[in-house]
Amino acid sequence: MSAGQETLKVLAERFDDLLLRWTEAQSEEGVQRTDVFSKKEVREQSTRLLRAFLDGAKGGDLDDPDLSTESWADLRDALREVSEERTERGVTPTQMATFIHALKTPLFEFLTDRIDDSKALAAELIVAARLVDAFALHTTEAFIEHREKVIERQRAEMIELSSPVVELWKGILAIPLIGALDSARAQEVMENLLEAIVERQAEIVIVDITGVRTVDTQVAQHLLRTAAAVRLMGAECIISGISPTIAQTMVQLGVDVGEVLTRASIRDALVHGFNKLGWDIQSIKRPDEHAGRRDGRGGRV
Amino acid sequence: MSDAASLFKVNGVLLVAIREDIDDTDIVDLQDRLSNAVNDEAVDGVVIDISALEIVDTFVGRVLGQLAKIAHLLSSDTYVVGMRPAVAMTLVELGMTLPEMRTALDVDQAMRRIREGE
Repeated sequence: MSAGQETLKVLAERFDDLLLRWTEAQSEEGVQRTDVFSKKEVREQSTRLLRAFLDGAKGGDLDDPDLSTESWADLRDALREVSEERTERGVTPTQMATFIHALKTPLFEFLTDRIDDSKALAAELIVAARLVDAFALHTTEAFIEHREKVIERQRAEMIELSSPVVELWKGILAIPLIGALDSARAQEVMENLLEAIVERQAEIVIVDITGVRTVDTQVAQHLLRTAAAVRLMGAECIISGISPTIAQTMVQLGVDVGEVLTRASIRDALVHGFNKLGWDIQSIKRPDEHAGRRDGRGGRV
Repeated sequence: MSDAASLFKVNGVLLVAIREDIDDTDIVDLQDRLSNAVNDEAVDGVVIDISALEIVDTFVGRVLGQLAKIAHLLSSDTYVVGMRPAVAMTLVELGMTLPEMRTALDVDQAMRRIREGE
């Protein structure tokens, strides 16, 4: 008789006992997390997993369990769903793996009850251990896969959210950049910006880098390329929001902005844009407060 | 005579509309026609509309730059207008930022700028 057959029998014949003892073992290990799941939910999850495990074991190669094969498809689905459910409520991957590992305790007990011959028992236990290990390992994989999906989704969302093109005035667009500017984002920014120029018929484009944490040679390169593309489209590009620190860094790095117009603040850039388009900002004249204001409010710009 | 582009004279401005599927011989030919037209007709400015152009390579990019330079040498303001976003991005990727070239969003804007004598 090949090793693994007894394990299969235990799984099939003593399914309910195994399930009961498994949930008990989970409880002993303290990984049931009854603070976030009800007893009923844990029981349902365990039943679903054990059922899929049994079905998979029937069709799978027990000596060399490979959970990526077709016969384990059910178990993979069950695992993915259960680990998503559990991790969403704050269960750690270690707890999730221990949750599965708890199956070893009853499984080994039942096998020990059944097999008297020590050699046969040892062989059987090795197979059973390997099976449960593969099972537990896969939970970690499912967990990582789920996390990676979340990260990827958030990245995409972040890219979309972080490069909005706003129209400040007819013909004046602004794009406030926030955070790190890597190649992928620079590309996204450039595409959005150029499309917006055509759409809104903009003549002035202000790229505001107040929110950009650091400017290294690569970021500067991206900015200059964006400015060059904007110019090719027939609009004028102004880079604003260059802080004193960033200005120093750029000079130390030897970044040459060439013909690209730069301004310290988005306000200065906007004023330049207005002038360029033939607009002027003036205060609404009130006789009593008209004269001699120096606080920056009112007056001509 | 090739029909790589159509040349019109409007209000003292030479308008050049480049066709969509221009190839290398066409554009060299255009260079010739353009320089002659600028010389003969005493125009104030040249507007090259490339809004139909979907694909550019380094050659077309370079010739565009040359067209602008030639017109400039013959003392007329030259604007390249209507560049598509994809074309602009490609040119930048190729490292051809064409600093000698004046650009405008569309023909209308370029005409206005020529009139204003910018």
